[in-house]
Amino acid sequence: MTRHIKLHEIAHARAGDKGNTSNVSVWVYDPGDYPLLKEQLTADRIKAAYPDLIQGPIKRYALDHLHGLNFVMHDALEGGVNTSLGLDSHGKSWSFLILDLDVEVPDNRPG
Amino acid sequence: MLRLGCGAGFSSDRLEPAIDLAEKGALDYLVFETIGERTLAFGHRDRQLDPKRGYNPQLAARMRGTLAACKRHGTRIVTNMGVANVVAAAEVVVDVARSQGLSGVTVAAIEGDDVSDLIGPDTILFDNHDKTVAEIGRPVVGANVYLGIDAIIPGLETGADVVITGRVADPSMFLSPLVHHYGWKRDDWQKLGQGTLVGHLMECGMQITGGYFADPGRKDVPRLAECGYPIAEVDERGNCVITKLADAGGMVTPRTVKEQLLYEVHDPAAYLTPDVTADFSGVTVQETSRDRVSVANGNGHKRPDKLKVTVGFDGGFFGEAGVSYAGPNATARAALARDILRERLGGRPGFEALRIDLIGINALHATAHAPRAESDDVRVHAAMRSANRDDVATMLWEVESLLCCGPAGGGGYRGQITPSVITHSTLIDRDAVRPSVRIFRA
Repeated sequence: MTRHIKLHEIAHARAGDKGNTSNVSVWVYDPGDYPLLKEQLTADRIKAAYPDLIQGPIKRYALDHLHGLNFVMHDALEGGVNTSLGLDSHGKSWSFLILDLDVEVPDNRPG
Repeated sequence: MLRLGCGAGFSSDRLEPAIDLAEKGALDYLVFETIGERTLAFGHRDRQLDPKRGYNPQLAARMRGTLAACKRHGTRIVTNMGVANVVAAAEVVVDVARSQGLSGVTVAAIEGDDVSDLIGPDTILFDNHDKTVAEIGRPVVGANVYLGIDAIIPGLETGADVVITGRVADPSMFLSPLVHHYGWKRDDWQKLGQGTLVGHLMECGMQITGGYFADPGRKDVPRLAECGYPIAEVDERGNCVITKLADAGGMVTPRTVKEQLLYEVHDPAAYLTPDVTADFSGVTVQETSRDRVSVANGNGHKRPDKLKVTVGFDGGFFGEAGVSYAGPNATARAALARDILRERLGGRPGFEALRIDLIGINALHATAHAPRAESDDVRVHAAMRSANRDDVATMLWEVESLLCCGPAGGGGYRGQITPSVITHSTLIDRDAVRPSVRIFRA
């Protein structure tokens, strides 16, 4: 049996910007969670979750030995820091959009 | 062993921990990194308004706080606080040195990042679906190429106490002292890659010592209010330990280092700078003791033939204005205020791009998902950009007028209009760039 938890419970993340491209790196706290992160947190999953915000393609890079993923999201910043009319024109808070997604974990997982 | 400190990771970064580092860091070099796409645009804007400005607004304060200590300890300063006006910035440093009675301070100003002359209507902007400059339809206000170690090292070779630049690749300000000190070859791509890794980790200051990291209950950071800037101890092979002053707040852990490792990085195996194609894909991160993290195995490949240029365009005027609602039914009252603004302004030409957010309901992530909550404290925030300042002023007026002719209980109006610069990127041939050094003496 499985249950859903927020990614925020098992991972931390940081967002950066270059022009209209946002990148968010996602790191599991416990290396034991890395396989499920890698399996469930795909580029397609993120694109499907935020289709209006992330308008371009998403590319995922994996650093397996450090247990982290990097998502490069194009046309994802409403134009970028000098163009966007949004309050967070850097997309600094995009990391928490990703951490807000659910992941499926075994029922008997501690924590 | 070379000790490099970072005393600013962005334009408005804090001063006090930089003074601590200058006083107690036993540093060989102190680097202040203060340019981003946003702040370079501000530099151009400031210089347009006043030809004696356009450098980092905190330059004089940072020099007053650290220059004397650096001179006393033999710490050399490398900084891009020249932003859009390097010569004016060098003169400010000289003025500070004189006012503090520091005789013999020399400043090397690195020029040549302004490549406005090389930008024409047909220049292609790779970050904007290959549109040309002409297609943007706005006047160009400045174009700056990312210079690298080839531009900075000649400044160090003069023996200057302070090397001040405009647009340079951020990691190059840390790589330059390493190449200069250890005599690394300019085509030793592995060492340049590892040195670029050091620079990349350091360039954002406290983002590696606990800043931009804390998430209470998940990632707690000790004494974040007193967070210290980072120190990198780097050996002649480029292997490095990231640490901080023992008495400073914050922390250096594998987690803070890993988050920074990929900050603003796209392909970890191909991080492009003017100096090298750095490869971070095999980097190892190892905690050796408390607040000491060893970072190794950065690699690199041949540097790119082309250099990146940020092109700034006159963005007209940016205006934002807000009014707040609180207490019972606040969300509905704020939503009504938003709808009234749309009705009063939305139909008029010039206001097509008006954006209105409800802060407290769904502002930062408004284009990501639908609102999910009610709030009893909501701020209506309107923003627009226009070439016509009067249109922006009209928007502010309409927001302020909500106090009397909007929903009940609206208060806390604030509004401001600022000149705006928008930026895009292009590439130019390395050979077209001619950096140079000018020396200023106190």
